[in-house]
Parts: sequence; structure tokens; C-alpha cells
Amino acid sequence: MGVALRSYQEINEKIKKGKVVVVTAEEVIELVDKKGIEKTAREVDVVTTGTFGAMCSSGAMINTGHTKPRMKISEAYLNGVMAYGGLAAVDLYIGATQVAKDDPLNKIYPGEFKYGGGHVIQDLVAGKDILLEAYGYGTDEYPRKKLITWINIKDLNQAYLFNPRNAYQNYNVAVNCSDKIIYTYLGVLLPHLGNAGFSSAGQLSPLLNDPHYRTIGVGTKIFLGGGVGYVAWQGTQHDPGVERNDKGIPKGGAGTLAVIGDMKGMDPNWLWGLSVRGYGCSLAVGLGVPIPVLDEETLQYCAVRDQDIEAPIIDYSNAYPNGTGEVLGYVNYAELRSGKIHHSGKEIPTSPISSYSRAREICSILKKWIQDGDFILTQPTLALPNTESDVHFRNLAERPITNNANGIRR
Amino acid sequence: MVSTKKVVLHFPREAVERPVVCDLALRFGLTFNILRASISPHHEGLMVLEIIGENTKNEEGLKYLQEKGVEIQPLSQDIKKDDQRCIDCGSCLGVCPTSALYMDKKSYQVIFEESKCIACELCVLACPTRAMEALF
Repeated sequence: MGVALRSYQEINEKIKKGKVVVVTAEEVIELVDKKGIEKTAREVDVVTTGTFGAMCSSGAMINTGHTKPRMKISEAYLNGVMAYGGLAAVDLYIGATQVAKDDPLNKIYPGEFKYGGGHVIQDLVAGKDILLEAYGYGTDEYPRKKLITWINIKDLNQAYLFNPRNAYQNYNVAVNCSDKIIYTYLGVLLPHLGNAGFSSAGQLSPLLNDPHYRTIGVGTKIFLGGGVGYVAWQGTQHDPGVERNDKGIPKGGAGTLAVIGDMKGMDPNWLWGLSVRGYGCSLAVGLGVPIPVLDEETLQYCAVRDQDIEAPIIDYSNAYPNGTGEVLGYVNYAELRSGKIHHSGKEIPTSPISSYSRAREICSILKKWIQDGDFILTQPTLALPNTESDVHFRNLAERPITNNANGIRR
Repeated sequence: MVSTKKVVLHFPREAVERPVVCDLALRFGLTFNILRASISPHHEGLMVLEIIGENTKNEEGLKYLQEKGVEIQPLSQDIKKDDQRCIDCGSCLGVCPTSALYMDKKSYQVIFEESKCIACELCVLACPTRAMEALF
């Protein structure tokens, strides 16, 4: 680590006094162009980052309060969407991609997936009444077996977002090499490399501004869904060891964050239920992370530009579904964001999927919160596993099931 | 003056089986480009046409179609973008064949230029918030 410029405590003192200097991940690029790294690092205390896009591994934990007589819910539906009840009596978890129970799915291909967990979460946060239908098997202390009622977020004991994997550090660029249209979580992909879908806020994205997880760790306070949240853990599939370019930026999906935050302070404008044609339901999550400029190196990483970040082009008609690992090539985010990329002598129009304008807005909101003294930074209590750790992404090694002589499976 | 007009033609059941669109060329000397069509015998039909020709001939041609029982709507009324539902993700951009949907390079917001739209409806398929709607 380079020469320390300031500590978390010093930054927080400045926030309380209203003297903190905050810039967004976009503004810092201009500043560095004008003044250089050294001077900018001395002037700027905090850089705000943000992203707004589909994050399927998201969900909400709610506690409905007890009924009279009591009930241990084992099966539950919120507006017809199944919530997981395999927890204590009235704790429920609803996942973003859970589809309404009467949805025709892909039986009429490509399915519309009109309403699912992501939509329930958005409606809950919007303060709308949600229909709860629940069943239990009945026990001595929890005799009730059936319940149907309206619930509202304001009456719930707890409602918190708990997203196992958000804010992917970089991601694939999806294309379709086949001769028919395909429907993926990276959008509708036209045949013969007809278009390309990508999903990262690039130079604004939190983990691309702190590629080695020097400041973002367990306990980092963040902007989540328009309210306040925290980094809870490394996200699922966190994979710091992905190949990196000479700037230290991973050349594909790498680090991820598990995040948590009180839904009662969130805003439906920043948690948006999605219906992804042919794929399913999801939730667009708004997430922003402040990066304290502890030293020059931190700032150097925050000055990352779209042209420094490369992403792998992957064929979602074959290489992705079959897990072949084949990469067609790499493109950077400046090219992707220009609206077209070039590959195999073709000009391919691009679709961003993740909203750059909204990511930018999150950076600005977080900047304002910090400037106004409403948002104090937290020092992580545990670092995320970095390139030196032994955490790496594995595929499932399937083991065949065989019957032994007694017919017992092992 | 030569002009180009994009229209949506709704064919009632009775009109489906009469050859009327070809009359635009035969009787009025108009050129047309079929952008989209779904017309089957005994059912109501729909056709999106780009008609190119002299202004007066254009009008006469459309009037003729109306007399034959075809209902006519300007195309721009048929694909709508609901700005309240649009989150500016851009999922619709790469599939739009005419760049009627594009991203403003400064604000990074998605803009819909209705006059360029040919109503292929790919954006309706691609939009995850159902902000794009076809009103055929």
C-alpha cells in the first residue's frame, strides 16, 4: 500500500464538519486528466461508484408477525409467487427469479414471465398491499393450517433485502452465432452475431473501481435500492483469480458482493421487477459504494476508464449453455458503449442491459448524502478474498450414482 | 411532391380475400414496401406498409383502401414507449433494426424516434420492464 493520505476516521470527521470532498467515479476521471493522480488524490476524500442492472441473485427476508392461533408456515405465496418457508414459523424468503405459480413459463415460447419475486419486492417497497396465502401442517404449538390475508411492509416486523450475489465485477458480452433468435438473461440475441448484450456499469461499477478489494469488504456501508445497506459477505461465485489485464482489471466476471439492507428505507424506483423474455423474472438493483481515497493507489484505481476494462465475447447459443469456456475475443466498454463493436469483420450493435444513466444517478445521490453529512463511511471488518486467496470458481463435478449389491444407492 | 408514409392497415374479415393492396401500384402508380403482414383467409388481417409516391396519389390510394373497408392508422400510434416504466437499461437498442431506439450520448437515456419505427416489435420482446408496447 502506498503512502497513507487519510484514514476512515479523518474522512468521517470531515463529513461531520461538512468539509468532505466527494466526486463521482466519472468526475474523478476528468479531475485526474486535469490535475494528475497525485494532486487529485490529495484533494479528493471519497469517490462514489454505482450500478443499476438485473441482479438475479437477490431476495427479501420478511417476518410477517404471528397469527392467532399461531402457525408455522411451510408453504407460502406472496401475490401468487412462492416464498421459501423452511425457516422459523413466520420468516419467509422470496427470491427475485421465483415466477408466479400459474405462469405458463416457456410452454409458450418465449415465455413472458409477467410477474415474479422481483415484482413482489418492488411492490412491497412501494408500500402496496401484498396478498399472503400460507399453509402449515399443524403442530401442538402451531395449530393453524391455513391463512389468507393482505400484508403491508409497514406492518411487517422485518423486511430486509438479502442478496447473495450483486455488483458483479465485470461480465460477459453475449452474442448468438446460431441461425435462430435466442432469448437470454443478456437480452434478445439475434442470429449470426446480429447484436451483443452486455451488463456492467464499466467505469462507474463499484468493484471495477476497487479491483483488488482494498476498501470494499464485509461491513462496508453502501447505497442499496435507494436506502442504506451493507456488504454482508463475498458474493456467491466470487472469483478473484480471474485473469487480469496490466491495470489489474479482471478480464471477465470476477468478484461479487453479498449485500443486506432494510427495505423499509428503500425506494421502488431503485428496485425494479423485471420480466426477461424467455428467461424469467429478475430484479434490477441499484447499488452504490463509496470508496475512501486512503492513498494514491486507491485513487489510481478509481480513475479507471471504460477503455481500460475488457470483457469476453461469448456465444450464448453454444459456448455458454454447454460451458465450453470458449471466448470469441475481447472488447472494451468504450467500444461497447459506443453502440457497436466489431468482430469477425462484422459490425455488431450493442445493448447495455445495465443502465448507465441510473448508475450515474446513484453516484450523484451517494455523493450528496455524504456531502450533506447523512452518510458516514464504515471500515470493513473483514477483507474480501483477493487474488492471493485460494477462493476460486468451480464447476460442479458430477458423481454418478451407482447401486451396490444390496440395491442401496451410494 | 414525393413523400413516404408509414401506415398500419387493418383488414376486416370481408376485405381479407380481395386483392386491394396491389391496386396501390396498378391504379395509383405508388411504390410500397411491406414492413409486416399477418393476413390469413377468414380472419382479420394486419399489414404495415411504407407507401412511396406523389402526395396526391398517396392520399387517393389510402382513400381507395378505406372505401374497400380497410381501416388505416398512422404507424407512429402503434408502438409506444412508456417513459414512466423505462429504466434506460438499453436492452432494446441492439435489436432495433432502424435505430429508432437509440441512446443519447450525453444523458445515456433511451430515446424513441417514432418516425423511424417500422413496428417490428423486437423492442417489445426485449424490454424487461414492459415499457415498450404494441397497440395493434
